[in-house]
Amino acid sequence: MEARAPYDRLIFELSSPGRFAYSLPALDVPSADPATLVPAQFVRSTPPELPEVSEVDVIRHYSRLSLMNYGVDTHFYPLGSCTMKYNPKINEDMARLPGFLRLHPHTPAASSQGALQLMWELARDLAEISGMDQVSLQPAAGAQGEFAGVLMIRAYHLSRGERRHKVLIPDSAHGTNPATTALAGYQVVQLKSDEAGEVDLADLERHLDEDVATFMITQPNTLGLFESKIHQITEMCHAKGVQVYMDGANFNAILGITRPGDLGFDVCHFNLHKTFTTPHGGGGPGAGPVGIKAHLAPFLPTPVVVEDEEGQFALDWNRPQSVGKLQAFWGNFGMLVRAYTYIRTMGPDGLRSVSENAVLNANYILKRLEGDYDRATAGPCMHECVVSARRQKKLGVSATDIAKRLLDLGFYAPTTYFPLIVDEALMIEPTETESKETLDQFCDAMIQIAREAETDPRRIHEAPVTTPVRRLDQTLAARQPMLKWTSPAR
Amino acid sequence: MRYISNTSAQQKEMLARIGAASVETLLANVPAKARLSRPLALPAAMAEGDLVRHLRRMAAKNASADDFACFLGAGSYDHGIPSPINHLISRGEFFTAYTPYQPEASQGTLRTIFEYQTMMAELTGMDVANASIYDGASSLAEGVLMAHAITGRAETAWSRGVNSLYQQVVETYCEGPDFRLKAVRLGDGVTDLDALRKAVTERTAAVVVQYPNFFGCLEDVRAAAEIAHAKGALLVVAADPVNLGFLTPPGALGADIVVGEGQGLGVPMSFGGPNLGVFAARADLVRRMPGRLVGATVDKDGKRGFVLTLQTREQHIRREKATSNICTNVALCALMATIYVSILGKAGLRKVGELATAKAHYAAERFAAVPGVSLRFNAPFFKEFALTLPKAPDRVVKRLLKDRILAGVPLKTFDRAEKSTLLVAVTERRTKDEIDAYAAALAAAVA
Repeated sequence: MEARAPYDRLIFELSSPGRFAYSLPALDVPSADPATLVPAQFVRSTPPELPEVSEVDVIRHYSRLSLMNYGVDTHFYPLGSCTMKYNPKINEDMARLPGFLRLHPHTPAASSQGALQLMWELARDLAEISGMDQVSLQPAAGAQGEFAGVLMIRAYHLSRGERRHKVLIPDSAHGTNPATTALAGYQVVQLKSDEAGEVDLADLERHLDEDVATFMITQPNTLGLFESKIHQITEMCHAKGVQVYMDGANFNAILGITRPGDLGFDVCHFNLHKTFTTPHGGGGPGAGPVGIKAHLAPFLPTPVVVEDEEGQFALDWNRPQSVGKLQAFWGNFGMLVRAYTYIRTMGPDGLRSVSENAVLNANYILKRLEGDYDRATAGPCMHECVVSARRQKKLGVSATDIAKRLLDLGFYAPTTYFPLIVDEALMIEPTETESKETLDQFCDAMIQIAREAETDPRRIHEAPVTTPVRRLDQTLAARQPMLKWTSPAR
Repeated sequence: MRYISNTSAQQKEMLARIGAASVETLLANVPAKARLSRPLALPAAMAEGDLVRHLRRMAAKNASADDFACFLGAGSYDHGIPSPINHLISRGEFFTAYTPYQPEASQGTLRTIFEYQTMMAELTGMDVANASIYDGASSLAEGVLMAHAITGRAETAWSRGVNSLYQQVVETYCEGPDFRLKAVRLGDGVTDLDALRKAVTERTAAVVVQYPNFFGCLEDVRAAAEIAHAKGALLVVAADPVNLGFLTPPGALGADIVVGEGQGLGVPMSFGGPNLGVFAARADLVRRMPGRLVGATVDKDGKRGFVLTLQTREQHIRREKATSNICTNVALCALMATIYVSILGKAGLRKVGELATAKAHYAAERFAAVPGVSLRFNAPFFKEFALTLPKAPDRVVKRLLKDRILAGVPLKTFDRAEKSTLLVAVTERRTKDEIDAYAAALAAAVA
């Protein structure tokens, strides 16, 4: 990271007419002027306003822009609920093997057996990890996995002649849960959490009836707590014919320790970009496979990867009760190769060790911080911990202020103001790939900020000062949206 | 254990500090009954060298476009990918960052998205573009839902010239709110405008056409726009942006929302994903758009900076009232496209279009000259065209694989009526030699 990097250009501002970086093949076929091959009305009359730059311009520009980012490769990135763990480099090499990277999705099945086999094995492995009966790899991200799951639940109820209208969601849920529910045509009913931060069974009991399609729970929940009464919850739901959905965003806490399928969940999704080390890429692509119990199998998205008696793999399209397709092709295959590589690297013992160390690291942070920040809940946490800055807030220092000061001290910030049920929330997820040394440095920084809140709050309010820009005017951006570059010449 | 940094001595030290006897103590909240009492039944951990060998063997079973001349299209294309893209996107600062929630520490990502939005707006001819949706099909689904939300109407007039896999995705998204798709038939390879006129009513939220359409033919977007607008419906156009350096952009032809699969802009085919969902619209519709938007602003010293903006549309703020449930999108693929467009630039993108259309027309002429083979449609096409074959396309495809040619996509799985049709795509990467070899192999296969 450059301190207050002086670089402030956009690629368009480097443009010079006639400069170019491309290398294209010569026209080797006998041809009329290409512009006459298609009728004139289809040929663009004015060229798009695109940059004209050299290759070295491109390399230097984007290299410099990259230096304005914090990433896991350069910084500790304790962003809660996002599982910003190390992304192994071997995953990248494997995803770039030409047989995977340069494979067209419509290649005949007989000539894409390796890719289909990898998908089949990964789905089988995820089913074993989750205790579910089948897994669809098609959803492109967690929110799409949720969508596929809720649609399968909807189709299941309809197949039994039941039209249910409501979905129950705890007040601690990720925003995608209610948004997905609404997209699937359901009415959202929010449930309260109890004092311990878990699902309030009395409130659940009050809301459970035959009009509820599903109860969506994050397990462990967004407070970093394992819902200890989960068997009771799933039994209560099933008694009313309600399907139970597990948001698997926090799967990194439970690998090899417990399995959603064994807890009574009917559906769960995975975020391969969280638990299974595929890179976050600045905001995706992710992958959001969804696992289901056997009674939901007829409704899986099409196509399903199947193996025949002769050990040949194929895409099965003949599924008349399917909820349909989520994206044009079969899934974010490149991400699937990375997750497969990771699971094979770790093996069963390795995966369990992942969760044990994720839990250990989170509890260590919680222990070190509890003297200076208010804990959101009592007792041990799972893979992440939530603390509140309400003590600091009384001194005029908010969760946002703390986040900004952390940037100056060399750390990315925890998730702030989430879950919504904790005031001034700071949600910290260290992951298992970080060492005690890194955790200590981070905790030292957090404690230093707590001290500064008492002695020198101005320093926190001024932060960040080491980043390429300082605090940005969000209001201006929203009031006068400037969403693209405009040429001064225009 | 690989990728786990704490030594066992450190683990003990940490447990002591926490005051827990073991990790088991920390897992007290997980009831005994919930615990998995056996190891996961997964293959044992593999050493890196063994794993590489294993995966290389799997990859070698696939017919990659490095080893086969790829004439496959139908939504994914073998366009050239300039070398700098992989080098730049692999920089850990881009690759291992997440959604730019802390803008001061994410200006690199935010700036590239701002550049991307500008490029997509330019290519599509629209006012604004978002930071991306998963792929072309889900982007189209979001476009249709947005048109419903804006107009408050429940029907969509759907050209049969749109990729039927996209149709399946849009139907999935329309299931919950119970919006109906009304199919509009094709004339000779393009949407029958009289049929479209009849299909569009005061109940129509959106008219959807693809340009060029699934069969490669060039739709009269302007006429579709007039028909849609006459009844107060929005025109949603699915268009591949890599073609729009050469083709008239849908924005100039009256589109209200333009979506598309941006994979052609430097994103590897990767067996169909991850891809790049492009989404662009008219400026006055921006507050109804799905997904993330990056905007320019200033910092407290007055210096230019970039932030995620208009976030009150999004799920993490608006929850069930959000314009979409999308959270993670495909920022890294958008970065690939941004670098691609920077390298190709104004002139290069036009050349890609010129080369593709010239080679496609040469190929169409050669292939249609094979006895028994003809072009399925007469409508003007761009880089993709449909052939009618005298023998089952599946068998022809199988035969040409022996000559290391991926001949095209048989359309019978898309449409039962097209059981003799093969869809062929030609990008700038195909050579005259490959096309001539294809023509010879095709002649042998159908003889």
